Amino acid sequence: MNAPALPEAASRVRRGAVGIETVGMTMRFGSFTALDAVSIKVRPGSFHALLGENGAGKSTLVKCIMGFYHATSGDLLIDGFDGHVRDPRDAHAKGLGMVYQHFTLVPALTAAENLVISRADVPAVVDWAEELTALRAFMDAMPFRVPLTEPVHRMAAGEKQKLEILKQLYLGRRFLILDEPTSVLTPDEADEVLGHVKALCASGALSVLMITHKFREVTAFADEVTVLRRGRHVGSGLVADLSHADMAAMMMGDARPAAPAARAETSGAPVLELVGIRARDRSGLKEIAIDGLSVRAGEIVGIAGISGNGQMELMEILTGQRATSAGTMRVHGAPYRATRGEERRLKVRYLPEEPLHNACAPRMSVAENIGFRSFEAAGAGTRFWLAPGEMRRRAERLVADYKVKTTSVEAPIAALSGGNVQRAVLSRELDGEVDLLIISNPCFGLDFIAVAEIRSRIMAARNAGAAVLLMSEDLDEILELADRVLVMSEGRIVYECAAAEADIPTLGRHMGGHA
Amino acid sequence: MNGDIGLWAVPLAMIGGAIRVSTPFLFVSLGEVITERSGRINLGLEGTLVFGAMAGYALAYLTGSAWAGVGAAALAGLLFGLVHGLLCSLPKVNDIAIGIALMLLGTGLAFFFGKPFIQPVAPDLPAINLGWWSDLPQVQAALRVNVLFLVGAALAVALAWMLRKTRIGLTLRVVGDSSDAARALGIRPARVRILATAFGGALAGIGGAYLSLFYPGSWNEGISSGQGLIAVALVIFARWSPINAFFAALLFGAAGALGPALQSVGVTQGYYLFYAAPFVLTLIVLVLSSSKSGALTGAPRELSITK
Repeated sequence: MNAPALPEAASRVRRGAVGIETVGMTMRFGSFTALDAVSIKVRPGSFHALLGENGAGKSTLVKCIMGFYHATSGDLLIDGFDGHVRDPRDAHAKGLGMVYQHFTLVPALTAAENLVISRADVPAVVDWAEELTALRAFMDAMPFRVPLTEPVHRMAAGEKQKLEILKQLYLGRRFLILDEPTSVLTPDEADEVLGHVKALCASGALSVLMITHKFREVTAFADEVTVLRRGRHVGSGLVADLSHADMAAMMMGDARPAAPAARAETSGAPVLELVGIRARDRSGLKEIAIDGLSVRAGEIVGIAGISGNGQMELMEILTGQRATSAGTMRVHGAPYRATRGEERRLKVRYLPEEPLHNACAPRMSVAENIGFRSFEAAGAGTRFWLAPGEMRRRAERLVADYKVKTTSVEAPIAALSGGNVQRAVLSRELDGEVDLLIISNPCFGLDFIAVAEIRSRIMAARNAGAAVLLMSEDLDEILELADRVLVMSEGRIVYECAAAEADIPTLGRHMGGHA
Repeated sequence: MNGDIGLWAVPLAMIGGAIRVSTPFLFVSLGEVITERSGRINLGLEGTLVFGAMAGYALAYLTGSAWAGVGAAALAGLLFGLVHGLLCSLPKVNDIAIGIALMLLGTGLAFFFGKPFIQPVAPDLPAINLGWWSDLPQVQAALRVNVLFLVGAALAVALAWMLRKTRIGLTLRVVGDSSDAARALGIRPARVRILATAFGGALAGIGGAYLSLFYPGSWNEGISSGQGLIAVALVIFARWSPINAFFAALLFGAAGALGPALQSVGVTQGYYLFYAAPFVLTLIVLVLSSSKSGALTGAPRELSITK
């Protein structure tokens, strides 16, 4: 396979893959050492994975490479020569590029417009006929392509990710950093994109450093792996020589996550029932249509799907935030409109995604946030005057029970880390009797330890007889927790199976709407 | 020639009025399209319009040249736009609040400096008689088109072309759609927004000069009846497209001409009610183009009202 041909404007940079090496790279922010003498080597044409927990220093390392930060000490070698990078622009000129976790494409512009505007030498008046001819010629030389005249906001996530990578190649970048490139893709899309990237590496057109936490992708696509923990280099080697267990051991060190909670045998009556629900989606253009959905007591029903396929709207319907045009929602057989009174009487609890924004008042204290469900309750009735002492004692008990790390229960909840906010909200929602628990992406962005603990809490609630509806973009999470798996695509439930019979390729096809 | 054409005078006067009254709407909304496309909203254009009317009239009177007045109005508008753009680039400054402050400042300053120019008479902007083929005085009056209207129409086409085909247009759309993407491309969003707001201000100033130098054609404190604010609503109605803004301005111009047209054919009762037509139309347009669920389609994603 030849190195891809590039249009004149972008071909000034070298054509072959660029290799880089960091030597004893250290980055300190004040007294905090984010990166401690890390040396890694990405050979030209190799696919290198960078593994590590949140806060392990992966982002700091790649930001030092790309010139966003200037390392406190240590050197960067590009193709074996001293490669001091002043700023991101300098990095680009040296052939280094980065694909960010969040798309940096402009949603309203077409693919062609996005590619052209990203160039350093955009002509004052753009001749689109000529540009499109050049872009088509460029696309023809690539192993994969995207529609050029489609606005980016109408593209699927996989296409956007492909376009991001194509953009880097179009700009003549020959060393690419991919920051969790598959977090928004279906398993099929992820395999396709990474397969193409691997092929580009094998052809010698590109070297890649990929930040990830998915072992499966490391094993399937990467040649070499480096593991960071707390800012230090704790291991590296050929992927072929390492097992998942080896990599997990390097990432976590001595800490051990809680063992997955056992799944008790349960069977119960239906708690949540949705029939014939119809509502508009966020854009107001498409319809959310849930014909039938029921969750029994002692069961976790997992809803898999790629974000933006109606999960957020379904959550809003369940929390009473979105009006429905038809259908009924029942809890324990009684009509349910998610009022505060109904939530309390029917024992319905919620754990929405991004709890700091969706389930907390960020500047109020931990104690107040934990009290949100109960502050006005006095036995079965309501109270007028608050009982601060009682609230405080309750918060202290829950903070201790759920191991929430906070300086005090009086600290604002926004000061807590993501995992601790999640624990605090979970403690509030799981306190007392729970008949129905509705959860969305509970472990997004959390580290191993927090993830294992939160999942075991959810399982414990199920074992205690709660009906649990779990919406998650993380298929592994659904397969670990759920008894029954549903797939949501284009605002509908398109597939259902028992978790024990679930098969990842089949689920992936339904998630992508290809089945 | 017999000039009595009965009720036909009403639609004819509305066409003429649409052309005459729409010009300030056209300039202000074209400028605001560019400003909003960059992700800012400038509510201060009403103040800019009134100040532009005063500055344009004053300079035209002092120099004897109407075009010098238009230049002065554009310059004054540019400065107002720059102030808005610069202030909004400071951290934690809200563009809507600054807009309201500048609206009050602009009208206040215009009244203060404009006192001596209420009496004198300044030269008018030239108009072109496109109605030479007709014998009817009403047709001739309706088709006496000001040069600025034609400039505005050409500008709408030019801006639409600019947004699609030029580097400046693409840059503007990138900044309006995603600050993060813009920064990743090495574009400085703040600078683009300041320039876009200044451009919008300059056009609003020209719109003001049209008011005082052509129609109604004199400077007084009641010269603008909210055209600057209505034009901002027009931009939403026009879905941020310069071509749509042109037609929306014509529509609002026609509505604005309804009252005077009825008066001219002898409707003496309740014609004041028809003077309210543009405002009623504004309300109707805003209600019809609103949506209970979901964001406006086509809106620049960086706009503070759509976030």
